[in-house]
Amino acid sequence: MKTDDLIRGLAADTRPQRSLESGLALALAVGLAGAVALFAMILAPRSGMPGLLMEPRVLMKFVVSLSLAAVSVWMALRLVRPGANARSLVWTLAVPGGVLAVGVAAELLVTPAQGWMPGLIGHNAVYCLSLVTLMGAPVLAAALFALKRGAPEHPAWAGAAGGALAGGLGAALYALHCTDDSPLFVLTWYGLAIGFMTVAGALIGRRTLSW
Amino acid sequence: MDDRERRWMQLMQAALAGDRPSYERLLREIAPAIRSVVERRLRQMGAPTAESEDVVQETLLAVHLKRHTWRPSDPLGPWLRTIARNKLIDHLRRRGRRVEVLVEDFAELLAAPEERPSTEADDVERHLALLPDKQRSVIRSIAVEGASVGETAERMNMTPGAVRVALHRAFASLSARLKADE
Repeated sequence: MKTDDLIRGLAADTRPQRSLESGLALALAVGLAGAVALFAMILAPRSGMPGLLMEPRVLMKFVVSLSLAAVSVWMALRLVRPGANARSLVWTLAVPGGVLAVGVAAELLVTPAQGWMPGLIGHNAVYCLSLVTLMGAPVLAAALFALKRGAPEHPAWAGAAGGALAGGLGAALYALHCTDDSPLFVLTWYGLAIGFMTVAGALIGRRTLSW
Repeated sequence: MDDRERRWMQLMQAALAGDRPSYERLLREIAPAIRSVVERRLRQMGAPTAESEDVVQETLLAVHLKRHTWRPSDPLGPWLRTIARNKLIDHLRRRGRRVEVLVEDFAELLAAPEERPSTEADDVERHLALLPDKQRSVIRSIAVEGASVGETAERMNMTPGAVRVALHRAFASLSARLKADE
């Protein structure tokens, strides 16, 4: 086919396109609805929940996971936009990382050393790992679906951002239920679960997000 | 940003708002710009420059299918260069060449290119032949024969909406087939 002909054909295909942002927002709404449905089916919020948010260690879980999710949305949008500079956004990871670091430092300073290991191991580490992953799964699927409309230069990185986003939202949901409040627990088990989602997102993204 | 890139931005903004003549004009202006850079790059790599039209067409397809990834407030140049570079890399990889194309190689994309009549390319043509009948007929009617959506709909006994959908799907599957053509 001649390039002139191709251009004539392309110009005839002027159906309006949804922006990347609204596409991602829509997909996340669906994914999150799925995650909330899963939560409602198998878990319940821990007792005293809204009030417990005044507790710094409880609040920290939400601040860390939700700020990670927010930063990941921002990163993902940059990573799928040709010519956009995602590297200049890496510093934003210091927000969830910094809050968690302050929490861990405070825990180590304020609580006696013999409480550290029990706090780290917690009561429900295996639940935490599997449920954060489970809650994150519909979000990851939705995020990758939306990011597929993008044009990432590095599909694995874009997928990783989608994975971190899903891990962050999955962790925030699980935190509604989770009774392990030590920042050491959050660092270890939430961190592992989110790391797993990030790697999963990178591996899937590498295959599915190239264009 | 020079006048030309500013004009391209305006054309693309109009295109995204549904202005077909602006969009067609934009594509006709960027095609030779992409072609001259791709030819130069292929020549430097010792690859046949006859392949450049394949890369040009793949890039135009990608520009079209990913146009919503451009934000009207952003300059068009970096966006376009990144897409063109990515499609050149894809093309070279498919042909099993070692690839080292930096985005800077496309920096001159916005310099004045030599105008040339466009030529045929093999890849798109070859994959076009493999599309489902309806999609192929719609592309042929609108792109090659220059029929309108309405005329095509009448001729093929379809609704105009169905013709538009078939046209869009045809471009999307062309692009996917090109990508998968290892």
